[in-house]
Amino acid sequence: MADEALFLLLHNEMVSGVYQAAEQGEGENGRCITKLENMGFRVGQGLIERFTKDTARFKDELDIMKFVCKDFWTTVFKKQIDNLRTNHQGIYVLQDNKFRLLTQMSAGKQYLEHASKYLAFTCGLIRGGLSNLGIKSIVTAEVSSMPACKFQVMIQKL
Amino acid sequence: MSRQASRGTESKKMSSELFTLTYGALVTQLCKDYENDEDVNKQLDKMGYNIGVRLIEDFLARSNVGRCHDFRETADVIAKVAFKMYLGITPSITNWSPAGDEFSLILENNPLVDFVELPDNHSSLIYSNLLCGVLRGALEMVQMAVEARFVQDTLKGDGVTEIRMRFIRRIEDNLPAGEE
Repeated sequence: MADEALFLLLHNEMVSGVYQAAEQGEGENGRCITKLENMGFRVGQGLIERFTKDTARFKDELDIMKFVCKDFWTTVFKKQIDNLRTNHQGIYVLQDNKFRLLTQMSAGKQYLEHASKYLAFTCGLIRGGLSNLGIKSIVTAEVSSMPACKFQVMIQKL
Repeated sequence: MSRQASRGTESKKMSSELFTLTYGALVTQLCKDYENDEDVNKQLDKMGYNIGVRLIEDFLARSNVGRCHDFRETADVIAKVAFKMYLGITPSITNWSPAGDEFSLILENNPLVDFVELPDNHSSLIYSNLLCGVLRGALEMVQMAVEARFVQDTLKGDGVTEIRMRFIRRIEDNLPAGEE
């Protein structure tokens, strides 16, 4: 089934829809990011719930992060995270060298400033997924050269 | 590892759930952003249209179907190839108008509404209206102006979901003057 194209197009529409609505009146840039992030959060929650239904209990935090990098990422973006780093104190950096939602944009610097729009949903997706596995976190993303990007996950200790 | 084994088979289903859930989050957000359901319906249709005009290229590239000779053939391609490819379902085609310019797509199950219940205060929301926009946008790119609308919806208690399609006209290419 070729529904991947459908998801990519839907995601693009969501981003442009949210920003167009903001242009016509209410809200500034930050609100749009929050909106997209929230949508991602909700989807992440739902997905991880379906996804871990038949899996064994996770050993620890790192095990969960590995699961997100491998299985979760593969399902959503058709590839694994290329590099996972951690300081073992609650900060994880997930690096994707060819992030699916950025590959359709120019690889140069031209649209670099717009990249954050296309990462907000995914930040929410990670945060939502982790949240349903009992980990409270803050997820941010950064791009230095397209289409590679890094997601930084900061675990909030309870 | 047992965990690994169980995942492979699930992964296909999972990725369609990604779409379903994402769409759900979108509709929820739109319902918050717009005051009335009509505006949400309109917005969904518009987004669908934008998706359709792009999706048609992906579809033509992937499916290898050629030019359709009449509207009946178009209907067949939509139901048996396009819906199958993107949503994994094959709607049935019924209720042809005598003139052959209108038909209905009957969706036994609509993957978009897999996890959905409509709350009472959104009775005029057409949840899956995106689909109509997609159909309209995609067909416009192959020179067909059509109208698509929901006439039955399982979310509203109907037994099946029905999309009514009406052929309006062929869009002629308007070449700039002097170019033949």
